[in-house]
Amino acid sequence: MWQVAEVVGGTDETDTARTIRLRVEGLMGHLAGQHIDIRLTADDGYTAIRSYSVASADMDGHLEITVDELPDGEVSPYLVRNLAVGDQLEIRGPVGGWFVWRPSRENPVQLIGGGSGVVPLMSMIRAHQASGNASPFRLLYSLKSPHTLLYREELRRLERESAKLTVDYVYTRSTPEGWPVMPARLTADTLLARIFPAEENPDVFVCGQTVFVEAVADWLVMAGYSAESIRTERFGGTGGIQ
Amino acid sequence: MGIISSGFRGRRSENTALPPGQHETHDFPVLTAGPAPLIPMDTWEFFITTEEGQRYSWSWDDFMALPQEEISQDIHCVTSWSKLGTSWRGVPVDTFFESVETTSDFATAHSFGGYTTNIPLWDLLGGKAWVVSEFDGEPLARAHGGPARLLVPHLYFWKSAKWIHGLELTGEDVPGFWESNGYHLHGNPWREERYS
Repeated sequence: MWQVAEVVGGTDETDTARTIRLRVEGLMGHLAGQHIDIRLTADDGYTAIRSYSVASADMDGHLEITVDELPDGEVSPYLVRNLAVGDQLEIRGPVGGWFVWRPSRENPVQLIGGGSGVVPLMSMIRAHQASGNASPFRLLYSLKSPHTLLYREELRRLERESAKLTVDYVYTRSTPEGWPVMPARLTADTLLARIFPAEENPDVFVCGQTVFVEAVADWLVMAGYSAESIRTERFGGTGGIQ
Repeated sequence: MGIISSGFRGRRSENTALPPGQHETHDFPVLTAGPAPLIPMDTWEFFITTEEGQRYSWSWDDFMALPQEEISQDIHCVTSWSKLGTSWRGVPVDTFFESVETTSDFATAHSFGGYTTNIPLWDLLGGKAWVVSEFDGEPLARAHGGPARLLVPHLYFWKSAKWIHGLELTGEDVPGFWESNGYHLHGNPWREERYS
């Protein structure tokens, strides 16, 4: 059930978020959108378990998660600040069969992420890029400020180079220099103007904090998107259960 | 004991009420697979169907007229948060079963919106489960499963189906929504029955 994972690398994404690269013996990829459980054990045997969305996984035993440090968090500050290459920890998974994108799907895909809710969506984008699936993908990424942008360089490169991905950014508190619109909270109108229309039957994946996900899902249903086409997950890759 | 993370201290809870692998939260996370359904109150009902095809049904007014209980229970989400001493108001599932004849051992809970979860009847009867319409003295918010949800606090919280519509009694244990998506058929937090 629990497997040992070794930290083989890491990248700072922002001031508070870090991507951690793990090597897990015998791991064979994952379904894009799944999460893992991580178990930390203190030297007196005390344990803590948290779930994190998988940001990417390949077929040779490597897996990445992106952890955003919560100021009063029990586990995330340790993962972001203390964990070093060569350290070991325990993982369970990847798990989940609902909030996942499968390359056999032919529908267009609309991804809607709030803050670090973009992590499992990035996993879907990467799986889509690596596959022969030609369905169009569109990401709407709602974030506070340019300083909190995850996967900055990769998203820029994909926007330039990939014909099957479109990215829209909505800044809620501050914008990059010269941005054409003022920062503002996401509204139904802003949302609906930047996503595939309901008539195109997109598969919709929404991930972010609770209030964000609830609001977006309601707006989508009111605008005529079928409830069956919308899959939601609360941010942090917690497996979206209840 | 697992791999020791040197430098990890953690935050020890004095609380012995937590099942293995759980941590305490003081907010109330919302975790749902899709949008919250809108349920017109004039069409709301709670039903029970038996393996014989008998159908019992309660309207909202019927439900409200049943004797209500105040419930204080700990709840445990499989995503590892637990919330201790939560307060609910509702009707014990036993009350609905007073007039129901069945030899079934299992039930599938059906929600408005299409969600399902399977629960042995044993876990629904004997004062262990309720249909609740209030949380913390307020009508249950839609995001938390309002107008009414199932409350089965001794199992992981995905068994406490939001937007409960009814219970279908079955001869065998038929996996529901999460149970078909990698989660455990039974879901007892004290035995850490998380994944299948």
